[in-house]
Amino acid sequence: MALADKEIAALTEKAWEIRHLIVQTIVWAGGGHVGGALSQVEILIVLYYHYLNIDPRRPDWEDRDRVILSKGHGGVGYAPILADRGYFPMELLKEFNHTGSPFGMHLDRLKVPGVDASTGSLGHGLPMAVGMALGAKLQQKPWHTYCIVGDGESHEGSIWEAAMCAAHYKLDNLTGFVDRNRLCIDGDTEEIMALEPLKGKWASFGWYVLEIDGHDFKELGEAIEEARRTAGRPTMIIANTVKGKGVNFMEGEAAWHYGGLDSDKEKQALQSINRIYGKS
Amino acid sequence: MSVTGLTYHVYDVEHMTPAEIYGHVLAQLGQERAEIVALTADLAKSTKIGKFGEKFPERFFNVGVAEQNLFGVAAGLALAGFIPFVSTFAVFAALRAGEQVRTDICYQKLNVKIIATHSGISFGPAGTTHHCTEDLAVMRSFANMTVLAPADGYETANAVRACLDYPGPVYIRIGRGFEQTVYEGEDYDFAIGKAVTMHEGSDITVIACGPCVLYAVEAAKALQESKGIAVRVLNMHTIKPLDKAAILAAVHDTRKIITAENHNVIGGLGSAVAEVIAEGGKSCRLKRLGLPDTFAIVGITEDLYNIYKLDRDGITEAILEMLGQEVEPDDDWEDEI
Ligand SMILES: Cc1ncc(C[n+]2csc(CCOP(=O)(O)OP(=O)(O)O)c2C)c(N)n1
Repeated sequence: MALADKEIAALTEKAWEIRHLIVQTIVWAGGGHVGGALSQVEILIVLYYHYLNIDPRRPDWEDRDRVILSKGHGGVGYAPILADRGYFPMELLKEFNHTGSPFGMHLDRLKVPGVDASTGSLGHGLPMAVGMALGAKLQQKPWHTYCIVGDGESHEGSIWEAAMCAAHYKLDNLTGFVDRNRLCIDGDTEEIMALEPLKGKWASFGWYVLEIDGHDFKELGEAIEEARRTAGRPTMIIANTVKGKGVNFMEGEAAWHYGGLDSDKEKQALQSINRIYGKS
Repeated sequence: MSVTGLTYHVYDVEHMTPAEIYGHVLAQLGQERAEIVALTADLAKSTKIGKFGEKFPERFFNVGVAEQNLFGVAAGLALAGFIPFVSTFAVFAALRAGEQVRTDICYQKLNVKIIATHSGISFGPAGTTHHCTEDLAVMRSFANMTVLAPADGYETANAVRACLDYPGPVYIRIGRGFEQTVYEGEDYDFAIGKAVTMHEGSDITVIACGPCVLYAVEAAKALQESKGIAVRVLNMHTIKPLDKAAILAAVHDTRKIITAENHNVIGGLGSAVAEVIAEGGKSCRLKRLGLPDTFAIVGITEDLYNIYKLDRDGITEAILEMLGQEVEPDDDWEDEI
């Protein structure tokens, strides 16, 4: 069932809230991977507030859907969503990156409830997602595994080893997203190490491939539903996004891969977010 | 400092991080030597190897986020007659691409120079995925590999220059870039494989590498002043080949040795020193300071040095504790074995 207009409006409101919370968390953390945290927002929101079969009171519930943020540096954008869904108290976000905190830039499965795999070294998440999906098949479990891969991360050979493996084992219980914001750290992915034709690559590796606007909830919903209907192969959703989405001075800027915000910049960032959501 | 006739000065070292200094030195060397090429995996800015790239774009290769390919390509360039300098974070050089480094580079004795940044616990808030407290253990176990851990930016400059004409693969481990300096300039006796005495002493010896050298010197100075304790501090910037003579002299002169490194106590400087002491056959107390076989917690790097007792206070505490301990003569042991 496609997302209703009312649902899309609620998700949009949530995206506004979460973008605020990400900016706040970056401030509490004394800096963070803000660009990629903001590009992945809609992907995580549509999963966590609509499609996932989860119970935040039971993070280790056996039959939950699994999510792996393979681009683990997006942790600073993931933790606020987990907190908002009730996996742990929101207050804890204030300790992000602090000495002795459960939260470092890359989330630790053993310390942060709701995280299904510790990631941060790029190219590790998708292989683990393949293992989880295989595990579900072996146990004839109905849960689904979702994995979010960075486009820069897709330079890693291990992504393509996992791609081959997932198709080989016909893992239709695995859905991937490429957060296609077209930037890695040093610049444009096409100038650093070209990925295109990316859709063709995934297709030739045996995946069902969809390409959508990764900030559009309607398109995200339709793609996820189509992925769930697709039998006999995994689906990769290439989600075209904007790095730093929502903050005008960060959008499309490689320099904002990682950064800190002083109080002026914080204010500007929050105002910019308000503007695009029509809030004053 | 003079390399093939040209005099270089690294200006403003006080305000430059070791990585920035490295970037500048490499760019200077690139001017002189056309066979130098530089490679990274989407970390040109973070590791500062990009400085070379700005000056010599045609000799600079950014392979994207792909470390295994990075070291394979470097091996190929070395086989084609170039001297590749390769930079990424230590954890990705030593662990992600460990086999490429061993089999493609060390096995073939290739002239590849690896400058690995963000080593140890220098990227504290990033967590275990970005810490690297295993690289000394891994790298020194690779045959043909030379392993350096400079104490500060000045020493990084010396190490980078020295490795250029040092035959075979070299691994230089530096931090994230916020480390303070221990030297006042580049002008001191630096040679690969030769420890530097940073503080004279005959009561006890601290053998350190990386940022722990500064903390050890601070501890030694304070103890000299406040308690008249004479602590010898050795900067063991080369982990392999190890300066065995300096270690054996310390055994002979002080009989008490503490090692300090931002690395797991298993396999790094402490283990290397322990091997020399054990094979030397002379009794000597040894305490290895480092990560106690644990993944470090998340935190500000300075805090982590304090928590794991690798800073001035931690090293001081270890010194005082060991000074209170006897070196037992051999015949006292019989009932314990
Ligand atoms: C194996 C590995 N190599 C390098 C890094 C350092 N690193 C962190 S993020 C990043 C760029 C990632 O780009 P992308 O996947 O496109 O992320 P996004 O733009 O969505 O933030 C790199 C190279 C890493 N975390 N892991």
